[in-house]
Amino acid sequence: MKYKSQQIAWWFFALSGVLLLLQITYGFIMAFAHLGYDGLHDLIPFNAAPATHKNLLVVWILSGFMGAAYFIIPDEAEHELISVPLAKLQFWSLAIVGVVAVIGFHLNWWEGRKFLEIPRPLDYLVVVNVLLFLYIIIMTLWKGKKRTTTSLVLTMGLLFAALLYLPGMIWFDNQTMDSFFRWWVVHLWVEGVWELIMGGILAYLLIKLTGVDREVIEKWLYVIVGLTFISGILGTGHHYYYIGTPKYWLMIGGIFSAMEPLAFLGMALFALAMYRKGEKRHPNQIALNWTLGTAIISFVGAGLLGVAHTLPAVNMYTHGTFVTAMHGHLAFWGAYGMLVLGMITYATPLMTGRKLYTAPGASYAFWLSNIGMIGMTTAFAAAGVTQVYLERKVGMDFIDTQQAMEVHFLVLIAAATLFTVGIVMFVLNFFKYGKPTDEALERA
Amino acid sequence: MLSKNQARTFFLGGTVVFFLIFLGLSWHTLAREVPKQTNAQNLTESVIRGKEIFDKNNCMGCHTIMGEGAYYAPELTKAYERKGEAYLKTVLTVKEPWAPRGRKMVAYAMSDQDANDVIAFLKWVGEADLNGFPPKPDLQSKVPVPSK
Repeated sequence: MKYKSQQIAWWFFALSGVLLLLQITYGFIMAFAHLGYDGLHDLIPFNAAPATHKNLLVVWILSGFMGAAYFIIPDEAEHELISVPLAKLQFWSLAIVGVVAVIGFHLNWWEGRKFLEIPRPLDYLVVVNVLLFLYIIIMTLWKGKKRTTTSLVLTMGLLFAALLYLPGMIWFDNQTMDSFFRWWVVHLWVEGVWELIMGGILAYLLIKLTGVDREVIEKWLYVIVGLTFISGILGTGHHYYYIGTPKYWLMIGGIFSAMEPLAFLGMALFALAMYRKGEKRHPNQIALNWTLGTAIISFVGAGLLGVAHTLPAVNMYTHGTFVTAMHGHLAFWGAYGMLVLGMITYATPLMTGRKLYTAPGASYAFWLSNIGMIGMTTAFAAAGVTQVYLERKVGMDFIDTQQAMEVHFLVLIAAATLFTVGIVMFVLNFFKYGKPTDEALERA
Repeated sequence: MLSKNQARTFFLGGTVVFFLIFLGLSWHTLAREVPKQTNAQNLTESVIRGKEIFDKNNCMGCHTIMGEGAYYAPELTKAYERKGEAYLKTVLTVKEPWAPRGRKMVAYAMSDQDANDVIAFLKWVGEADLNGFPPKPDLQSKVPVPSK
């Protein structure tokens, strides 16, 4: 690695870490409100908290993806990024749009459509920002010496993610049509094109960490992203069961959603097989933990816990309950959270020239955050199943049900505290590395 | 054994074929079925304005509607049928925060017209055919009633 422009990735990773901590803060605000401690209500009305929590999630993951792309593309294309000042401009505009959006949520400035709450004027800025990012990446690839499968899959994922943001910006008078296209963005992102990005980053990390031949890894990368799209595109149907769309989606969504875990299973088996096959023992073992961890936890969280409630007969009762939160948390953490943290763990020592990956903090961060998140998922599952039975099956009143669920939020807060300790250690460790240097990258 | 070229064909071919099927089904759903299932002819100006007010205040940040949103406050799909117009109007126009058993809602203190529009929107949502959602509590009849 000898490309000085890769350093720009550090800024995106730093932003990711800070926003992740802020996202967690809003998670706690919501969990305490569920227990009746809503003292912040006048300052942060409850509806501002999930909007902030989810949008921060999207921004920190996207910032991580962008950082990853700025690190990977020069290395794969064997060419410096075409312009570092443009990349810096793109970084600051991303950070500013993110901060303005979050402040706006607290002042009742939003669009109020789940996941797409960002108000319209900021939507346009997001589009400009992403176009600038794509311009830098695609031109670097164009001018580069090599166009590897890994870099193409990664870029294709980023490009499609940008295109799929657009259907979410169309205004519909009909709530059902509005929802229909909202899932084009949300589902086709997280169960479609983001998996291309995931596949690309995972392939890169496996090539670097296991030393297995690129041709073998990239061949399987195609098979996995193929499975993702074959199951995931029509799998969108599981969002079209009960929103005013025809009944054939029950069958289509049911069948293709049941196939969706296959792509994640493929990813997990692939990562483990490459790890076993690899003869190289890379010194950064903790980066390998995150890499294998992301492949395995995404299979459990996104694959298994997803299919646990996508059968139409089950979803009839679980739709719009905490069962969704159970799946959502482990899926995002496994597939995208751990992936970004893995990429940061791999790239930071190379950019800064310091090898803090052997520090105990790095290992604690990995284990505490994962154990904490599994505990949180279990608490959400208990809350969700309680809600399904009491409210949906027995017909108890909403508030009575919520009060019966309170104990599970205590467990949630305990597990989330463990998770938070892990993440704080991760972020502290990241900043302890210091800023990247030209010399470090030349040596790397 | 599978070659890299075959793997690429599998990926590109599979993606294109399934995306085309998805586009076709989406067209059929939106152009032919959704207007019927959601009674699109009843989308009056008041209903549309109601949706705008609903979105502008991020009601989905606490409630679910058609099962989508957050889980802090009750499902609203059948709110009109369940609670009736007078109740909904009070909740939307009251100047003090509505807080049934302590769970607070923002006091929106809406004008009469805004409240009527939101109620019209909720009524329209409640009349849409959502393939049986929200479900009827199927275990209710099995809960033993204690003898007095």
